[in-house]
Amino acid sequence: MQTHPEKFQENVARALANPQLKIAIRRTTDRAESKRAEAIRNFPNFDHARTQGKRIKDHVIENLGYYLTEFERNATANGAVVHWASDAKQACSIVIDICSRQQGRRVTRAKSMLGEEIGLADALDDAEFDRVETDLAEHIIQLAGDPPSHIVWPSMHRTREDVVRLFRKHHQNPTDSEEITELVDSARRELRSKFLTADIGITGANFLLADSGSVCTVTNEGNAELTTTPPDVHIVTAGIEKLVPSMAHAMPLLRLLVRSATGGEITQYTTFHAGPKRQNDLDGPGEFHIVLVDNGRTRMLSQGMSEMLRCIRCGACLNHCVVYKHIGGHAYGGVYPGPMGSVLTPNLDGLERARKLAHACTLNGRCQEVCPVQIPLPKLLRALRASSWEKKYEPPVNRFAVAGFVMLAKRPRLFQLLASVGVLGMRMFGRSGWISSMPLSGGWTANRDLPAPEKSTFLGQYKKLRVGRRPYQN
Amino acid sequence: MAPSSEKQGPGRVGLFVTCLVNTMRPRVGFAALRLLEQSGCDVEVPQMQSCCGQPAFNSGDDEGTRKIARRIIEVFEDFDYVVVPSGSCGGMIKTHFVELFDGRPEWFDRAQKLAAKTYELLSFLVDVCAWKPEGVRLDATYTYHDSCSGLREMGVYEQPRKLLAAVEGLTLNPMVRSTECCGFGGTFCVKYSDISNAIVGEKADDVLATKARLLLGGDMGCLMNMAGKLNRDNHTRVTAMHTAEVLAGMAEDVLKSQDA
Repeated sequence: MQTHPEKFQENVARALANPQLKIAIRRTTDRAESKRAEAIRNFPNFDHARTQGKRIKDHVIENLGYYLTEFERNATANGAVVHWASDAKQACSIVIDICSRQQGRRVTRAKSMLGEEIGLADALDDAEFDRVETDLAEHIIQLAGDPPSHIVWPSMHRTREDVVRLFRKHHQNPTDSEEITELVDSARRELRSKFLTADIGITGANFLLADSGSVCTVTNEGNAELTTTPPDVHIVTAGIEKLVPSMAHAMPLLRLLVRSATGGEITQYTTFHAGPKRQNDLDGPGEFHIVLVDNGRTRMLSQGMSEMLRCIRCGACLNHCVVYKHIGGHAYGGVYPGPMGSVLTPNLDGLERARKLAHACTLNGRCQEVCPVQIPLPKLLRALRASSWEKKYEPPVNRFAVAGFVMLAKRPRLFQLLASVGVLGMRMFGRSGWISSMPLSGGWTANRDLPAPEKSTFLGQYKKLRVGRRPYQN
Repeated sequence: MAPSSEKQGPGRVGLFVTCLVNTMRPRVGFAALRLLEQSGCDVEVPQMQSCCGQPAFNSGDDEGTRKIARRIIEVFEDFDYVVVPSGSCGGMIKTHFVELFDGRPEWFDRAQKLAAKTYELLSFLVDVCAWKPEGVRLDATYTYHDSCSGLREMGVYEQPRKLLAAVEGLTLNPMVRSTECCGFGGTFCVKYSDISNAIVGEKADDVLATKARLLLGGDMGCLMNMAGKLNRDNHTRVTAMHTAEVLAGMAEDVLKSQDA
């Protein structure tokens, strides 16, 4: 199933009509919310840690050129080959070129949102590689043929019952049980031989450490290590914003990331990959490639969106978003859903295509409150609306309505006169204190009643009562 | 106009009424006046006021919003305080006007000065006036919804609870997820009516689960959204009200008229 941001309304209608989806989302987000809250209660001064995280990311973003050069120099000294890709297409073709030079065709992949962003799965499939997703959730959606619906739990739209059915259909040696441990064992049996026979392993990066030229990956399943160790070739694809100056900077961000994502203290597996196998190493890849991807990031820097480049992809903003909780990830129609996706997708896919995402937010501010690097997501979404307004992407009917509103609101006397008339008009539709429908109120009264107003406006009543009070201005 | 200092109270307060109080629930405006006067403020209601500009701002029309904002700054900048019976409209004046005039020094400065003296009503009563209700009685249970802008832009959380705790006979039945958005979101609720409906449906369930007689809050938009949903689904035992109405002793009449 492929969705698009232009089709947002249709996607939403489909999502809201699916009661199963809501149950699946709630199971995951409620648990994520309470586990994060508990982790933060147990962490001394989390807000201070957030400020520190924000400062580290801002420092790197302000000095991106410096740290990119430092990273390239040190990674190269470790024996890695560093590649630069300005967009998704170039990034994919670099990866496909490297893969095509190898003897074998089996490619194992650890979960990477950057990989999703550049469409690497499709590129590998088109080039007829045997692509194996090794993250358990990615494995599930590969079997189901779904795109991811969450950046941390990509298969969260699938219930356990779905997984039972998928594993029975696709696994060579499936289980009869519906117990989670048995299902995990079934996936392990299925994946283990593929890990050991892979020719190429591809991962993303959670952090790129400039001073050591190393790449940090975190997982809870150990699949990144099994992806990178047995094959002859390890390819890393990473966005240029993943840089940190050193280990001392990666650690505070890692503490924020894990607590914000899963409520854990540390991921089960945290690995620093520092180049290919050295002379006396028993295992590890013979070739180590790092593809550094821009894909719109430097453009975001130049267009007032630099705060978004702080994002460490923890998913907390999704888990705490009332809109995401009701419509799920697929409705957004982009690779990244939820609040962070509603900022990223218009930046990556174009504002004209994805402008509706910027409006699909109540601006309640909860995402910003939980963001481990204090990204002002509501402000950025509002800025995208302003940019869409300025570029005249907003539909004429909206523009006309808002222009009319502004014309009145800057003329208080006229505004109040119309308010008084409006109140009288509305009262005609009231029944026992409530209005259940009236002209032009469809957006509201489709699902809610409207309280019938009192007999006249506050300012009208106040004017009559002001006898004996001091005269007010104007 | 020079700030007057003849009174002992906090000073001259300009009441920014807000569109929804002005048109839909004027009694909240009178409740606000009563509370501010009780707390010793010298309150005025400038007639030359309209909307805070959120519908334009949230639609992306920055230039249009600036036109509205300049008007409000001119009318309210001479007061000692600007008080708003809404966290959302208050937040607009306090946090977003400044953003709008970023890079426009003259108006930025004026917006910043106005922001510094703009308060949401309930937090103003506690934080600035150190006021609390005396001799107010209401025999009822209530639950509280924390409206998002008040909570996250204006720091309103403890203040209304503190004030309501001083009302005799009133008992709080806390609501789960009271700080989660009700799905109103200004123009959002009509732009994405179906998503908004799904969100407020869940909120209505949370309200009903408290079994409280009153649903209180500090923002008319959210209150109307939740009340409208509850009424549409025939849950008429819960009455939504602005906290100021209760504090000003105006709630009993409403409840009596409903019970009659």
